[in-house]
Amino acid sequence: MDKSEPIISLRGVTKVFNTENSEVDALIDIDLDIYQGEIYGIIGQSGAGKSTLVRCMNFLERPTKGTVIFNGQNLADLSLRELLKVRQSIGMIFQQFNLLMQRTVLKNVCYPLEIAGVPKKEAEKRAVELLEMVGLSDKINAYPAQLSGGQKQRVAIARAIATKPKVLLCDEATSALDPMTTRSILELLKDINQKFGITIVIITHEMDVIEAICDKVAILENGRIVERGKVEDVFVNPKSEAGKRLVFKSDEQFSEFGSEKVYRIVFNGQSAFEPIISNMVAKFKAPVNILFANIKNIGGKAFGQMLIQLPEDKILTKQMLRYLEERSVKYEEVTQDA
Amino acid sequence: MLDVKTLAMIGRGIIETLYMVIVSTVCAYAIGLPIGLILVITDKDGIRPCPIVNKVLGFIVNLLRSVPFVILMISVTPITRKIVGTTLGTSATIVPLVIASAPYIARLVESSIKEVDPGIIEAARAMGTGTFKLIYKVLIPEAKPSLIVGGAIAITTILGYSAMSGFIGGGGLGDIAVRYGYYRSESDILAVTVAVLIIIVQGFQELGMRLAKRSDKRV
Ligand SMILES: Nc1ncnc2c1ncn2[C@@H]1O[C@H](COP(=O)(O)OP(=O)(O)OP(=O)(O)O)[C@@H](O)[C@H]1O
Ligand SMILES: [Mg+2]
Repeated sequence: MDKSEPIISLRGVTKVFNTENSEVDALIDIDLDIYQGEIYGIIGQSGAGKSTLVRCMNFLERPTKGTVIFNGQNLADLSLRELLKVRQSIGMIFQQFNLLMQRTVLKNVCYPLEIAGVPKKEAEKRAVELLEMVGLSDKINAYPAQLSGGQKQRVAIARAIATKPKVLLCDEATSALDPMTTRSILELLKDINQKFGITIVIITHEMDVIEAICDKVAILENGRIVERGKVEDVFVNPKSEAGKRLVFKSDEQFSEFGSEKVYRIVFNGQSAFEPIISNMVAKFKAPVNILFANIKNIGGKAFGQMLIQLPEDKILTKQMLRYLEERSVKYEEVTQDA
Repeated sequence: MLDVKTLAMIGRGIIETLYMVIVSTVCAYAIGLPIGLILVITDKDGIRPCPIVNKVLGFIVNLLRSVPFVILMISVTPITRKIVGTTLGTSATIVPLVIASAPYIARLVESSIKEVDPGIIEAARAMGTGTFKLIYKVLIPEAKPSLIVGGAIAITTILGYSAMSGFIGGGGLGDIAVRYGYYRSESDILAVTVAVLIIIVQGFQELGMRLAKRSDKRV
């Protein structure tokens, strides 16, 4: 397939849920292109419409309006049988793992192969290989109830890629896991992406997940995509309110500021990657509290942002800000209710 | 009083009862299981929503369930005569037993299947599972422990119905209890019959629970 053709392409996708006494616009006019081999993150708060969006991609949810093109096929044009076939080439994993509880780990991984009509022997052989790949060779005959969350998600991943899908959809796949396990699952996903070239769509409400493995990100708010782009770009310079909120994780941190002034320093590649803050602290011999920092060194230049709390002393603060200006570091004051 | 002849009669009663109950349960499941499945699938939140089918089936099920068994038993005698050729004896009792218990079983099956985690169904659908495979590869296996418990409840309920049929000459232990215990006040025979019935009910109950527990891989 041509690289310039998206593998998943949404145009004007709108989803309205009609409940007994109200209408919910879960998605409003979504345009989205996801290209082969990408890891595409979709982030948003609870109720933003993330699950609905990802479920539209395999037509578990039919859009009220708009088209979903998968691998060049308009899903709305397919017969039920054809749609089932297409779904076999789109893997999906979930927050709650959704393993078949009455089947062993091996039989869970065999399930999609059974559905695809792969002979039993062959299916089991492939399932064993996959389980080896996700590091669960010793749990082949265990039942899901006997596994930890991380192990369950590994089984779910093995199951989801058993039929060699082109795309893997992940709906909050790490939200039920602790940070360590989250990291290992994200690494596994990255591995799979690189080894098999599977396009991965990641739904999450955590910016950390996006930063860890995504190439691109779209920010979903109240059913609309309010911002999208390469992760670095959105990360360095979020334009939308929702983007700023996600990147700076305002809510948690602003409450702890107290009366002292907080500044956001943006590194946009203008300044050299040097320990500006520690140099500043050394120079003024005054404490600077770093509340949040996420700086990347890209080609010797600094990208990212930092939230710092400067001393209460007004004169000292002024001097420090001048110090930053001299090094062409951009900053702005952050107000508590920003 | 509890001589060899009486014991032989009670023995025959046990066999007749088991015959009625087991055959009725099997037949009732043959009807009730598909109806239960259709009720789940055509539900508005089901995998193939179809309100008309759902409402009509639901109505028939409720209708049959609201008729007390004794009355149903009498009202279906014409049907029984057509099918079995007589309205007396164990085989004739199977007809009302099936008609009364199939709707009950449909509801039991429905509630068992509805216990299956919707997330699992969602995952199966995402993997390209069609309706038919979803039923026999996902819904039934995942609900198996609950279905077995339902089976034990159904079989004991049918046993209870079968005993009632004693009043219209249905055969089995219920028949013995009515003839000897009620009309002739032979309390020994009544006591033995009751004891045997209790043992059978407890037996089925215990067996069902054990099977369900053993088949459940969630713990
Ligand atoms: N089947 C449904 N019927 C009615 N409303 C629905 C249905 N599914 C979703 N919604 C509504 O659509 C909106 C988006 O829901 P969705 O599940 O896509 O959000 P989400 O971003 O995945 O949230 P979360 O992070 O909590 O999973 C919500 O307002 C929700 O109440
Ligand atoms: Mg969701």
